[in-house]
Amino acid sequence: MRVTRRQFIEGGVAAFTVTFAAPEFFVDVARAQGGHVRNLVVLYLGGGNDSLSMLIPYNDPFYRVRRPTLGVPAGQVLQIGTDASRAALGLHPRLTGLKQIFDQGKLAFIQRTGYENQSRSHFLGTDIWSTADPNNPQALGWVGRYLDTLPSPVDPLVGWNTTGTLPRVMQGRTAVPAIANAAGYSFLSPNGGAEAAAERVTATRISSHVPVDRPELAFVYESSRAALATLDRVASVATYRGSIAYPNTGFGQALQAVAGAMARSIGTRVFYVTTGGFDTHAGQNVNAVGGAYYNLMATLNDGVFAFYNDLRGQGLLEDTLVLSFSEFGRRISENGSQGTDHGSASVMMAIGGRVNGGFYGTAPNLNLDPRNPTLENNAGDVRYETDFRSVYAQVLDSWLGADSVRLLGGNFRKAGLGFI
Amino acid sequence: MARTSDRRIEHLLRRAGFGARPDEIEYYGEMSVGQAVDALLDYENIIDDIDKFIGQPGYVNTTIRGQFLPQSNIVDARQRWLFRMVHSDRPLQEKMTLFWHNHFATGYAKVAGALGAAEATRYFAAKASQDPGRVRGQVEMLRDNALGNFRDILVSVAKDTAMLVWLDGRTNTRAMPQENFAREIMELFTMGVGTFTEEDVYAGARVFTGWNLSRPGAAADGSQHYEFVYNAGQHDNGPKTFTFPIYADGNRTIPGRAAADGMQDGLDLINALAASPNTARYLARKLYRFFVSEVGPVSGAFVERIASVYLQSRYDMKAVMREVLMAPEFWDQSAYFARYSWPVEFVVRALKDIGWVGFSVNDALNPLAAMGMILYDPPDVAGWDAGQAWFSTGAMLARMNFAATLAANQRFNLAASVRIADARRTADNLMLHMTGALRTAPLDSGVAAEWANYLRATGPWTGSDAQLQAKATGLAHLIAGSPEYQMV
Repeated sequence: MRVTRRQFIEGGVAAFTVTFAAPEFFVDVARAQGGHVRNLVVLYLGGGNDSLSMLIPYNDPFYRVRRPTLGVPAGQVLQIGTDASRAALGLHPRLTGLKQIFDQGKLAFIQRTGYENQSRSHFLGTDIWSTADPNNPQALGWVGRYLDTLPSPVDPLVGWNTTGTLPRVMQGRTAVPAIANAAGYSFLSPNGGAEAAAERVTATRISSHVPVDRPELAFVYESSRAALATLDRVASVATYRGSIAYPNTGFGQALQAVAGAMARSIGTRVFYVTTGGFDTHAGQNVNAVGGAYYNLMATLNDGVFAFYNDLRGQGLLEDTLVLSFSEFGRRISENGSQGTDHGSASVMMAIGGRVNGGFYGTAPNLNLDPRNPTLENNAGDVRYETDFRSVYAQVLDSWLGADSVRLLGGNFRKAGLGFI
Repeated sequence: MARTSDRRIEHLLRRAGFGARPDEIEYYGEMSVGQAVDALLDYENIIDDIDKFIGQPGYVNTTIRGQFLPQSNIVDARQRWLFRMVHSDRPLQEKMTLFWHNHFATGYAKVAGALGAAEATRYFAAKASQDPGRVRGQVEMLRDNALGNFRDILVSVAKDTAMLVWLDGRTNTRAMPQENFAREIMELFTMGVGTFTEEDVYAGARVFTGWNLSRPGAAADGSQHYEFVYNAGQHDNGPKTFTFPIYADGNRTIPGRAAADGMQDGLDLINALAASPNTARYLARKLYRFFVSEVGPVSGAFVERIASVYLQSRYDMKAVMREVLMAPEFWDQSAYFARYSWPVEFVVRALKDIGWVGFSVNDALNPLAAMGMILYDPPDVAGWDAGQAWFSTGAMLARMNFAATLAANQRFNLAASVRIADARRTADNLMLHMTGALRTAPLDSGVAAEWANYLRATGPWTGSDAQLQAKATGLAHLIAGSPEYQMV
């Protein structure tokens, strides 16, 4: 959408649904006129989520056979219905908030997402999910590539990564700031008053240089510049407190900062948040209060549910899409350490005010027969049914207003994936 | 602070150490490059008693909460390691220890969750000589073997208590093999991703069945501790076949053995991994990035040369590191300042350049976390994301802010050093003095002029003590927080 500021204002927001790619001033004007912008929150479940313990096919006779100690009894899962394959599905007992979101029709599960010959390596796997390119996993991230298509100049706060280092999914030519803690995001000086001001002026002036012919140094300059250019706007988020209390976990606090950035309209459109610890090789303890996986679900549920309710209270839910991924699912049969090893296909989640909730794709059948078409690796792992790039394509095309064919290097559009 | 020293020695000490204190510049400055490399490599000739100076005047401070307990309190263990990085006279030993800590990345948080905070600290950081049960923590083991034999290090790592918890080897049993360690020893510790198959992972898991931990006895005294045990009853004694050679004759199958002899399976696999040309190249590439350059592609000639020394020396890391530090690629001008400093490299070098007396390393721990680095707690088994990944905006801001904090702390020391060097008469004198102390990559055009403007920004130059205290600290902040200073 290329229109001038004048055309836009004359047309008014009613004439447009402002797409994500709108330049900064459109967005501000749209917000001021009561219009809508679109935010994407990428949620990474780090370590390889055992999605069979999150979205549980509790009536599959092989579920308890293969999960003798980890299986959750049917009576305890939060039953939420059946999918197109008539598999009865239930949420982990701790996901009470997600169940409410699901019941409100704002949570979609895309089952058996993955790709052919899925990597079981954390690092290669994460790179592949981040780049959407199994053949070139050292490439830029799919979200980073998207940001690179925005009209320049791109605002240095167009993305916000809530972790300390930049995840590959956000890597692009567009610098995305890493702001783990908005409260600590300020410029210190050993002096006060005029001296301190002079230091900041000097640092800011220097950081606006672009070292010619030294890209390795230019990269550091760009980080410096982005930090100094965003200090004041980020400071406005540090004081944000949600309309409801957020849990005091790193994940909960990160989501509060994301909600703050949205509520304060600082211009950020793409966010990255993560919660880790999903590499549950041993002592997974799915269903005991305080157990390892139980705690993972608690962190996930409480953070997402607070975020959801806060956004709803602020009238921002319609503007927001949360998309989750993890590098792989886990082995179906539990191991001797009451844990699960690295597996294959998994479940993705989409949450937001405009999400068409429900089940997409079908659950695996856990039958141990090596010919079971929903499984692979001698029926050891879940076989993918929906290429994960088809999910990205849906988000790019239908939410971000971008061209998924171009950004993903191929046509991954798939019918029946209208979760957004 | 001011120095007129050999740029080559500075380069060497930035890479083989953590920058240079004035006394290090003086000591190594009297040597030829070859002599300096020898002195760094043959560190066992240098007495290692630096820890006993913790808390002594003239050294960087530590913060004591009641008692200083680096054997059982992870914060104190971090302080002790940072102290060593600043003051050890064996800089290469500390640098290699950091390299191995990242290579065999093991995270404190998971081990503490399993065994408790004090016990976990013990298995990471305890010195055997000070532990009631003679426990030697993982990083102490790596320090003892910093230039040791890579195959021996692998064996020690496979039996290491923290590792057996971190990658779940302690639960690897015959009935249900545990793949975590088997995968990572191939993917991250030796041959690298893409050199093995899933079948190799399954076979490797079976190889290490029974490599578990013994439990401490009932008594709660400190001599009790977890340690490696080969549990024959939990070993899968069938044959295991790999897609790569295990034995020198090319045989790919580890034979079935009586359970009592089954520990040899793991040693056979480790021998094969150590001897793999893939391992040789994987290590050579990592050494290139850590010691030589992060700009441009890895030099193929370097990799082949280092890999060949590695194999010919039968995995002797001292021979390998001699080759690295004498390599033409290392000494090429293009390699100077061609690495992105890791947060601890940045912090320790800033302390050595700006000053440390009166500063506590404890006050570097939170800034280090904001820069993305918590010692003893890498983010995952792949270690830290190095290079440009260190330079997110938040992390860059944390570096600038640490420079501000340190400069403020050293205000009087900085002003005194300017007076002693007689560099107070003009703003240009001060600039020359400070840029001599804080070496940077060649400055982008205009940077020096901006700094000069800063020195004149708030009033005419008088050289008063008050002005020195403001401007020397302000300039130290600006230089140490500059992009050029982040390169080493």
